[in-house]
Amino acid sequence: MALIPPPGAPIRRAPRTDPAIDWDLRDPLSAEVSKGLLLTTVDKAIAWTQTSAIWPATFGLACCSIEMMHTLSPRLDMGRFGAEYFRGTPRQSDLMIVAGRLTQKMAPVVRHIYDQMLEPKWVISMGACASTGGVFNNYAVVQGCDKIIPVDVYVPGCPPRPEGLMEGIDVLRKKIGANGQEPSSELIARRREERAQWDREHAEELAELRQVSAGHDVEQAGEPPRVEPVVAEAEASARAAEARGE
Amino acid sequence: MSTTDPGTQNFPLAAEGREALEAAAREQRALTPTERVIASVEAYTPEEAAERTLANEMLADTRPGVRQPLLLNLGPNHPSTHGVLRLIVELDGEVVREVTPVIGYLHTGIEKQCENKTWWQAITLVTRMDYLAPFANIKAYTMSVEKLLDMEVPARAEWIRVLLAELNRIASHLVWLGTSGLELGAMSVFFYCYRERDELLDLFEMVSGERMNHRYFQVGGCSDDLPPGFVERVRAFAKEMPKRIDEYEALLTGNPIWKDRMEGIGVLPADELLALGVTGPTLRAAGIPHDLRKVSPYSGYEHFEFDVPTATEGDSYARYLVRVREMRESLKIIQQVLDGLPEGPVISDDRKVVLPPREELAYSMEALIHHFKLVSEGFMVPAGEAYAAIESPRGEMGCYTVSDGGPKPHRVHMRDPSFVNLQATAPLCRGGYLADLIAIVATIDPVMGGVDR
Amino acid sequence: MSDVSAQIEAASPGAVVAEWEHVGELTVEVQKERIVEACTALRDGPSQYLLLSDVTCADFPDEPGRFRMAYHLTAIPTGARVRLRAWAGALDPEIESVTSVWPGANWMEREVYDQFGVRFAGHPDLCRILNPLDWDGHPLRRDYPIGGEDVQFSDVV
Repeated sequence: MALIPPPGAPIRRAPRTDPAIDWDLRDPLSAEVSKGLLLTTVDKAIAWTQTSAIWPATFGLACCSIEMMHTLSPRLDMGRFGAEYFRGTPRQSDLMIVAGRLTQKMAPVVRHIYDQMLEPKWVISMGACASTGGVFNNYAVVQGCDKIIPVDVYVPGCPPRPEGLMEGIDVLRKKIGANGQEPSSELIARRREERAQWDREHAEELAELRQVSAGHDVEQAGEPPRVEPVVAEAEASARAAEARGE
Repeated sequence: MSTTDPGTQNFPLAAEGREALEAAAREQRALTPTERVIASVEAYTPEEAAERTLANEMLADTRPGVRQPLLLNLGPNHPSTHGVLRLIVELDGEVVREVTPVIGYLHTGIEKQCENKTWWQAITLVTRMDYLAPFANIKAYTMSVEKLLDMEVPARAEWIRVLLAELNRIASHLVWLGTSGLELGAMSVFFYCYRERDELLDLFEMVSGERMNHRYFQVGGCSDDLPPGFVERVRAFAKEMPKRIDEYEALLTGNPIWKDRMEGIGVLPADELLALGVTGPTLRAAGIPHDLRKVSPYSGYEHFEFDVPTATEGDSYARYLVRVREMRESLKIIQQVLDGLPEGPVISDDRKVVLPPREELAYSMEALIHHFKLVSEGFMVPAGEAYAAIESPRGEMGCYTVSDGGPKPHRVHMRDPSFVNLQATAPLCRGGYLADLIAIVATIDPVMGGVDR
Repeated sequence: MSDVSAQIEAASPGAVVAEWEHVGELTVEVQKERIVEACTALRDGPSQYLLLSDVTCADFPDEPGRFRMAYHLTAIPTGARVRLRAWAGALDPEIESVTSVWPGANWMEREVYDQFGVRFAGHPDLCRILNPLDWDGHPLRRDYPIGGEDVQFSDVV
């Protein structure tokens, strides 16, 4: 039996294991793909490239950096996600993993290096000390690196297991939009819009309900709470100057 | 070079130079040598940076052969400074004329915070100091407190402490070897060493629940007994490890590139090293066999037979050999501990200091009261001071505790070996190349968590 | 009177104020003006205290001397240890630097200066080492607050 089927012969494909994770062959667009064409939106293509090769900057500060090095170890190879190439220079990296306790003396250095990274850039705050100051609530430790730089993913732990950091990177990849998923910021915005729409449609019933539960005349609007936007650049640097010296 | 120039706001690193000038102005004094170096290495505005580069180029053009010393800033964020160490290097071509280490980028205020915690709670802080040898940190601290309490630790606890301290020594040396190899370009060694270290961290997780920053040693012994299956796993590890160390040696010890980079580099006579306070493998590679496990044995080390590897050349290659041999000696000690581990309690039975076992709380009122007092207030340590020193993978790790008779320490000071060893960086690196500086800092093996505390 | 005190007295009469032994450790208290002579005597003497293990300080706000310096010396090769103590004074604490005896005291004394404010006369490079260079105050003093953020439901940080 020839390994290479002769021209014109039907190509037998291996059975799909899970139709949900594969292209839906009933979908005419996917049928095009199975013939060898790749159709996608530009956003999804860019998201695919970004998530396949996130290059972190070497920013290990303390104990968490050792666990970060363990994600490169043979047991939990971070190269599977394309992220094993730690760049020495922030100019060539996409991701800053703040691994370890951030001190007052180091804070301006962190900000400087974050500023030197080129867009798009993301930050993972690894460990309890980088997220909130951790065990150290004193004069010397900045209580969370998000006082200085905007953070995308927080990984708790002291130190987090390397598997924990890998999950953090996985969450970040989903956030960016890996595997054609919607980036979660768009998802959140869309859900918020749907909720607001539902509230507008059912305004009367809601008003009645509140009247019954409050027991008196109520004229509150049924607006969902607003989520605060990500900290603006200027605010963050002002906070950096504050946290550093005073 | 105005310090209030709004142009400097965009250069956060120039802030340190400004800080030095402000401090000197506030205290009405001249800049100290370190401050002068820090103030001069930074350009305060982009225009100044461009000017300096241009000036150097023009000098080279008009007077060929004349070189201005180049002040190079290495760190604090640099792949090969073993953490957040900043080295300001004055270079004459490739040759290092002077190097000024600047530390403090990981200063966590651990010593201050220990004064606010009870004697027990301070163990969790102290363990995060020298993060590659957490067992060494807490060994020194608990030894110091046990001295003040005049407390005897049961034999089984001491032997378990020895076992874990030696496993920790191997783990720390593996990180040193892996990262040194990485810095000098031997990247495969990194993966080999971390493969073994993952197994060691599994062992630590079995015993204490954490891979790093364990809180296993307790004042009076160990907080819990060894879990079932632990001894077998350590035996399997100790059987396999010598072959792995042979692998590393096969990769590096006879390697001509490794030897070229490490031999004859960073030599200082032993008496100068002693005067600088250097201890550990750095001192032993220079010829002085000072190892606290032999010189002033603690925790039962006098029962074990092992050698203290020493070398006489005092260069980076000797430091490398000493550490690799230390790994083998640690394996010897581990075998002896496993063969002779005594039975018995793992913690002292002084109820005023040590928690009673949980089952006793069900039927003993006294145990309940002790438990309550210990958890809510902590135990009292009689007034006095004590200094206990152990041999950590980097040198003499000491803990100086001062008690005023209360439940919280009055002062806890950790004498960290890396802090003192880093003072030798300047004398060791002067006159060598910049590439040698990397090799020297790698073989001094500083851990910035311990340096800055 | 132990060997150590005898050596110090021989080199600098009247330097030793007190000595005692506690939990197996020998502590000798000397006058702060004579600290360099005491250290030199111990380093060059027959016991050969060649290794300076540690220079540190503890703050006792109620004591007249306030800042209590502690010098831990180790003999090579015997490993014998001794602790020298000296009070640096409450207002404008100052003591002579021992960097002339052991150059390794450089950074240790800088740390004491940074954290406690004790000045060391004759130190070649006395500036802050752990905290930022323009930090205000000396953190390890007992009257310096712990800092950090307020934590709800917890009076002990």
